[in-house]
Amino acid sequence: MVSGFLQTKIQALGSLPLENGEVLENLELAYETYGSLNSTKSNAILVCHALSGDAHAAGYKEGDKRPGWWDFYIGPNKAFDTEKYFVISSNVIGGCKGSSGPLSINPKTGLPYKSSFPFVSIRDMVKAQAKLVEFLGIETLFGVAGGSMGGMQALDWSVLFPSKVKNCIIMASSSEHSAQQIAFNEVGRQAILSDPNWNGGDYQDDSKPSKGLALARMMGHITYLSDSMMREKFGRNPPKGNIQSTDFAVGSYLIYQGESFVDRFDANSYIYVTKALDHYSLGTGRELTRSLASVKARYLVVAYTSDWLYPPYQSEEIVKALEVNAVPVTFVELNNPAGHDSFLLPSPEQESILRDFLETTP
Amino acid sequence: MKELRPDFLYIEKLISEQDRILDIGCGSGDLMSMLKQKGARVQGIEKVEAFVISCVKKGLLVHHGDIDDGLEHHLDQSFDWVIINQTIQQTLNPGKILRECLRIGKKTIVVFPNFSHWQIRFHILISGKTPVTELMPFHWFDTPNLHFLSAKDFQEFCEKEKIKIFKKAFFHQTKEIKILPHWLSSLALFIIADSN
Repeated sequence: MVSGFLQTKIQALGSLPLENGEVLENLELAYETYGSLNSTKSNAILVCHALSGDAHAAGYKEGDKRPGWWDFYIGPNKAFDTEKYFVISSNVIGGCKGSSGPLSINPKTGLPYKSSFPFVSIRDMVKAQAKLVEFLGIETLFGVAGGSMGGMQALDWSVLFPSKVKNCIIMASSSEHSAQQIAFNEVGRQAILSDPNWNGGDYQDDSKPSKGLALARMMGHITYLSDSMMREKFGRNPPKGNIQSTDFAVGSYLIYQGESFVDRFDANSYIYVTKALDHYSLGTGRELTRSLASVKARYLVVAYTSDWLYPPYQSEEIVKALEVNAVPVTFVELNNPAGHDSFLLPSPEQESILRDFLETTP
Repeated sequence: MKELRPDFLYIEKLISEQDRILDIGCGSGDLMSMLKQKGARVQGIEKVEAFVISCVKKGLLVHHGDIDDGLEHHLDQSFDWVIINQTIQQTLNPGKILRECLRIGKKTIVVFPNFSHWQIRFHILISGKTPVTELMPFHWFDTPNLHFLSAKDFQEFCEKEKIKIFKKAFFHQTKEIKILPHWLSSLALFIIADSN
């Protein structure tokens, strides 16, 4: 366990030219670090979070009931061993957990951006992180790692900054969203857009499009689990709570997930971040091979047999493109039953692969 | 220390530093480790998760997957050597896989249990049962081996498919067998390439 209570820091990083030509002024990133940077500054690992994650990846902040989202893997003697490595985790731009996003103040108006926040891409998120890494005085990252959207960021780091990434770990991810992945995100966005409180994104704190956002989250949650996991966890059991609105345990679980999500996530951010995911594309097949022609990192790609949201074939596409380019890559398809969420959950096999991959760096 | 397999030592002598090598069905990576130590650029394919995890532990590059449909993306002649060591007898479509090996590798090393070893011949003759040997320690109901072939079978296959045989070697336990190899060897090694 990362010891003591942690604090999320906020760092101002100047302005950021975005992929769509606009410039994001007053860039701020929320971040946490675990472990210490060595004297040669060669032990830094950046971990990148998924859609609804944040900078709080490990340990406890004051008042936390649960530790950070990757606490199973980050800490002393864990896979990302904080006795050895300096682990950095930051919130993506476009998000709502302290980094620049729709909730930030637009310096031109003095008011929150809301839906006037510029479109940000996965690449923009990576460029913002690169500014933070530079601010921390780090030239080369020993590793960049992430699952799902975090995996896309890790992959993009290695494309955008080939000589700054030594090890690249991509889990439960893909080089671009398929029609099915876009479809799920589209229903989520449409649920928000059809909420009577949406108001083109210009909603107030006391009248947020919470119903729409909760529905989007409920559907998202279905895609993060697996058939076998749901059968085991809920079966056809009666609801635990919410008995007015559902007859089934899986229903009450999803309602709970939706309702608790609206307290911690912003609807505008949900739209921005899912759009960043859907628009990200390094191509597939030969196009992907060309996209990855000048990468220099050493790669670990992990997929999960039970993940039907980011099916293993998408990971294998990345692996094959790297192999054709004669880039060092290891691919593992783990048999964890938990679906897409597997990368977040404890697994001795995953622990050993992550640890050994990093430790055997030439 | 574990006694080194004679086929591994034989292969190690063949390869040079910087050679790009694909080991198909690489198991827990013992051969790959040897070749990597010699300075070759090695990667493997393996379908058993536990073996893949051992390879990662050894710092080897491995692709977790099934070779029956996992070679198409590799470019023609992109490896100096393709090694398929005691794997071919476990694949669904060995003919197709060997064709793929020849396409992606400049040379291919095929190693398989030789079914014409005298003990196997006598075992069938005397007992009337499928042989269970040191190299093939399985029963018919639990064996991963889908095909049984002898060195002569393989030679015949190469002639029919117009595959060039550069070299063959035969082994039994820790020794290379030079006399009466079809009778005395339990393991056969062929170095082949496309004749075009």
